[in-house]
Amino acid sequence: MTVVTMNALDDAQLAARVAQDIPDGSYVNLGIGKPTHVSGYVPDGREVIYHSENGILGVGPTPAPGTEDPELIDASKRYVTAAPGAAYFEHSDSFAMMRGGHIDIAVLGAYQVAENGDLANWATLDETYPPAVGGAMDLVVGVPTIFVMMRHVNRDGSPKLLKRCTYPLTGLGVVSRVYTDLAVLDVTPEGFRLVELTPGNSLDAVQAVTEARILT
Amino acid sequence: MDKSVDDLAHAVAPVTDGASVMIGGFGSSGIPFGLIDALLEQGATGLTVISNNAGAGETGIAKLLKAGRVAKVICSYPRTPGSIWFEQRFKAGEVELEVVPQGTLAERIRAAGAGLGGFLTPTGYGTRLAEGKETRVIDGRGYVLEAPLPADFALIRADRGDKWGNLNFHATARNFNPVMAMAATHAIVEVRELSDAPLDPETVVTPGIFVQGVVEYGVRP
Repeated sequence: MTVVTMNALDDAQLAARVAQDIPDGSYVNLGIGKPTHVSGYVPDGREVIYHSENGILGVGPTPAPGTEDPELIDASKRYVTAAPGAAYFEHSDSFAMMRGGHIDIAVLGAYQVAENGDLANWATLDETYPPAVGGAMDLVVGVPTIFVMMRHVNRDGSPKLLKRCTYPLTGLGVVSRVYTDLAVLDVTPEGFRLVELTPGNSLDAVQAVTEARILT
Repeated sequence: MDKSVDDLAHAVAPVTDGASVMIGGFGSSGIPFGLIDALLEQGATGLTVISNNAGAGETGIAKLLKAGRVAKVICSYPRTPGSIWFEQRFKAGEVELEVVPQGTLAERIRAAGAGLGGFLTPTGYGTRLAEGKETRVIDGRGYVLEAPLPADFALIRADRGDKWGNLNFHATARNFNPVMAMAATHAIVEVRELSDAPLDPETVVTPGIFVQGVVEYGVRP
């Protein structure tokens, strides 16, 4: 396999890129792990209200050391604060917000995304590894705009943007847009359509590490 | 009416071997650590534990798993960092696992408490977690029929309570606690503070009708 060196965004740059597309006034759920960093890069002047499925709308910044409240955490189990205008609620209300179409955007990580918008992000094919679904399946059926942020390829170089997912699915045809370290792609009825390449990369080079066809 | 119980040991005394036990909490927030420790001491075994997570480190549900008291876990996310005891028991085939999407878990519990025979949800439609379940297409959209999930007992953590069993909660420690109190035949609550005066009805989150026993446990993790 030919190794092509490409310009790749680091995690902070990728979070900042996703943050550009979070509009003022939106209700947003950030999936556990890397997506939680997106909130730190939303441009000044936009008010975004963050939902965390464990039961808070209006997640605020990380508390100052020594002021943590052990009973005030987000879905990643990190200590958080309550932003002005925040609310607490129990779990069935929290998931009514998600399934019921009240959240505008969710940002999730993924193992695989297919050109038909199928998402695989909860289980691998390793049966000895306990599967853990959390709220991912509820988010993808209820939130109208699903952004995926992930590396473009696996550590071994194999593609994550596929014609069809090979891992167990989280949801069918649910992904709106994929942000990777190499490119941004929309999921359309025809397949993946290029939005932008990370500066310095050629379409041919990105296509070479993508199983599905990239439309332009 | 007085649902207050003197101590944790008396509160968990009714739990029997083989019982299904809901345990409130998400991550380390809203977990009834005092009641779990008392249950460990009490000795009930062969339990089915219904909770969002499967414990982490050496505390809470992880203690019950370590002691071999858990036959089955019904949860959404057993893979929290540090879930070493669950992973060990699972890999050894010593504990059965049923993974349920988190919102479906909450709603199945709520359905049991609300007297419903189940509900149709789009969550999981077309995925492995819907295999073997009845499905319906309504207005062109696929739904999965999910069954109510009751339990014999619930172990609940609340902030303040009164002797009528009325409860309120602190911050994100609310999570699964209110629906679990509804769905269990016998809901046992540890409260940070058991108030001598009745709670202000405007502040009650879980009405006392859903609670069978309430015990003060002032430790906040």
